[in-house]
Amino acid sequence: MIKGTFFILLFYLLGEIISLLLNGFIPGSVIGMVLLFLSLLLKIVRSEWLKKTATVITRNMAIFFVPAAVGLVAYIELLSNSLVTIFSAIIISTILTIIVVGLVQQALENKIGARKK
Amino acid sequence: MTNIVENIGMLLSGEVFFLLLTLGSFLLGVLLYKRTKIPLLQPLLVSMIIIIPFLKITGIEYQVFYEKTRLLSFMLGPSVVALGYVLYEQIEHIRGNVISILTSVFVGSLVGILSVVLIAKLFGADRLLTASLAPKSVTTPIAMNLAENTGGVPSLAAVFVVICGLFGGLVGPLILRRIGVKSSIAKGLALGSASHALGTVKAMEMGALEGAISGLAIGIMGVMTALLIPFVERFF
Repeated sequence: MIKGTFFILLFYLLGEIISLLLNGFIPGSVIGMVLLFLSLLLKIVRSEWLKKTATVITRNMAIFFVPAAVGLVAYIELLSNSLVTIFSAIIISTILTIIVVGLVQQALENKIGARKK
Repeated sequence: MTNIVENIGMLLSGEVFFLLLTLGSFLLGVLLYKRTKIPLLQPLLVSMIIIIPFLKITGIEYQVFYEKTRLLSFMLGPSVVALGYVLYEQIEHIRGNVISILTSVFVGSLVGILSVVLIAKLFGADRLLTASLAPKSVTTPIAMNLAENTGGVPSLAAVFVVICGLFGGLVGPLILRRIGVKSSIAKGLALGSASHALGTVKAMEMGALEGAISGLAIGIMGVMTALLIPFVERFF
């Protein structure tokens, strides 16, 4: 657990530093995630070092959102005033995303499949 | 005697109490979800439904609650980093499909962000609301981070992410069937890209490959969205 925690925090720190250098263009945690992924892929970091910690953290991830999510308390008015906007935007956009990803991926796969034949 | 009362009062406004409150309401949410299988009863939502009125009734400031539960919110960043490992674990499923997967998630991310921003703007949403809506399709910690970076509100983003996940998980399989998507990879990718972890739950019900690909899509979507949002931000 300690080894895993060490590497996760190390990549988090690296990510935050790079994020600062990029003027916060991309969140440090996302950069840390990509760096960790690449390091595992390139065998710089061994996956068994991280397995336990990463599994525990990601499996119970939702609990970490609670404090921030409770911050909604200050925005209840805004939320109830914009219900139509929020639901229209989310529902239409979600449907579009599902359709686009599904169709594009299937079309590309068929193309590759056809070329192989 | 007054000393004891005071001390108990101190305990009830300390870290231990607020952490117990948070963990307790979350556990209750987990229990409710397991018992009822009602998709709306996400532990995160249940916790909010318990804690928000609790703070209102007791008059405890949100800032106090947030400070005392720092321990939990600190873990948001590391948990995103840990997703890098989860992504690595799923790598075997995508051999030979890397380019097609990256392309379709990129297009999906672009369509997802542009459409949600455009619709919100059409309805007259301000920057705060638009910036909180834009990252709705990515996993909560990344969405909260992105919202904060662009002038949105992390807690609003968290709620929108959950709404988006619930909706996509509910209608996703239906839509995919309607438009004739049969490939397992395409199905998993669509659900994970549009509706992150809640879409992945549905994808897992469809099959192991769908589930794994959907998990992978969460990570890729997070990165793509983080890359795209700075370019779209000027329209917020």
